[in-house]
Amino acid sequence: MKTAAKPFNLTRSLPAISFLVIATAWCVITYGGLVGPLFVPSPTAVLEKIFSGLKDGSLLTHCWASTRRVMIGWFFSALAALPGGMLMARSKKFTALLQPLIEFVRYLPVVALVPLTILYLGIGETQKYMVIWLGTFFQLVLMVCDTVSSVDRNYLNAARTLGADRWQLYKEVIFPASLPGLLDDFRLTIGWAWTYLVVAEMVASSEGLGYIILKSQRFLATDTIFMGLILIGLIGLLTDFLLRMLTRLLVPWYKRLGDT
Amino acid sequence: MEKLTVEHVSKIYNTPNGSLLAVKDVSFTVEEGEFVVIVGNSGCGKTSLLNMIGGLEEKTEGSIRVSGQEVTGPGPDRGMVFQGYSLFPWLTVQKNVEFGLKMRGIDAKTRAETARKYVSLVGLEGFADTLPDALSGGMKQRAAIARTLANAPEILLMDEPFGALDAQTRIVMQELLARVSRETGSTVLFITHDIDEAILLGTRILVMSRRPGTVQKILPVSLPGKRDHTALTSPEFLALKREIMDLLWTEQVL
Repeated sequence: MKTAAKPFNLTRSLPAISFLVIATAWCVITYGGLVGPLFVPSPTAVLEKIFSGLKDGSLLTHCWASTRRVMIGWFFSALAALPGGMLMARSKKFTALLQPLIEFVRYLPVVALVPLTILYLGIGETQKYMVIWLGTFFQLVLMVCDTVSSVDRNYLNAARTLGADRWQLYKEVIFPASLPGLLDDFRLTIGWAWTYLVVAEMVASSEGLGYIILKSQRFLATDTIFMGLILIGLIGLLTDFLLRMLTRLLVPWYKRLGDT
Repeated sequence: MEKLTVEHVSKIYNTPNGSLLAVKDVSFTVEEGEFVVIVGNSGCGKTSLLNMIGGLEEKTEGSIRVSGQEVTGPGPDRGMVFQGYSLFPWLTVQKNVEFGLKMRGIDAKTRAETARKYVSLVGLEGFADTLPDALSGGMKQRAAIARTLANAPEILLMDEPFGALDAQTRIVMQELLARVSRETGSTVLFITHDIDEAILLGTRILVMSRRPGTVQKILPVSLPGKRDHTALTSPEFLALKREIMDLLWTEQVL
């Protein structure tokens, strides 16, 4: 069978269009000399930075250091939030015990907690993981609780009348039913974990994207700051993409509003 | 033999506007192999009653026994089919039907064989590996019935299982249920607000009053001939229908 020429798919092209508009504007204001390189460096300057970083291998070191910190910090926050949130969703007593405390801590600015993390944990990697953990755990545990609470009661009632005990109810119904929502919660909080990166790498770091951004601040190296930001954004996009793929793989039965 | 014994059961809900008596002093029994239908207007407490028997809601007063055992919570001895679609969307039809057997620790091979048997009993042979999302409403309820039957409950509790289906599908499903329950010798307690459905399916009909729900009258059903759509116009059917309408609707005017 002959395939007709692919029709122009607007929805698929829109992301490219929005990036293209930004890139064009960037070119115009820098190459056109509308804004000085101190404020906005030219794309060429930023690309040069990226290539030189790639050549001497420092860039990959920084990217990997940051990715590792974000992933480890976030992983432990998910590890604790998953059972915590599930228990909160199913037990009024557990919620009463923990919720006020969590809501209290949730509002504390993580930056303000940094001195304490140094005092308690020193200036090693553990302190950096802790900053990321503090930034994400208290949000994630409430999100997990919310997701698990919204599991359709019909599923629970059906499972109970089919003979599921408490543990089976968690394993066979509550977990699979909330998995699509949980994967969304994970995707969102990984994003937040990246936003805490600069805070995590504020003290006693010698590598990482947050670290090079902070260091560039001292030297007004705007091109390096731009490079750091662009790389964080790209890694974010990649993570997001991978998690979306994972969602499709793990919960193929799940249909989202607007899916075809 | 009595499968289900309900004695002086009442249910009071505590609402912000005070307590609400939803079910008042209901007593009846269901014998082994019987198909008992509870018919009543919406809001008469029939779902509350069924949920109490299923162990999903606590009774305020009275006693509910299944084969002599007092009901204290949900259990696989009382299989339930709900009005809303309660199939697990992440499992195929086959795996849904296997669910209860898996919960009870039955080995995978026996599980698969039993489930296959019930999937074909409800006419879903070609759809064993289909996800519920791809099924029509009637097919979903067929699968839900198969899932409950595969678990071999002492009694089948059905809460308006065909309430969400269109009229044609509903008749097909009623005939299917009548055939399946006869073939499996199941004991069924079925609730509905549809009088035709009640007469077509029931060997006995309990007519419930408006809130507070109580048993107004128990009517035996004796229809000559087959229990299918042709019965809908027989004189016996119409006489019984008239009697139930009088019981349900006269009261509504008052």
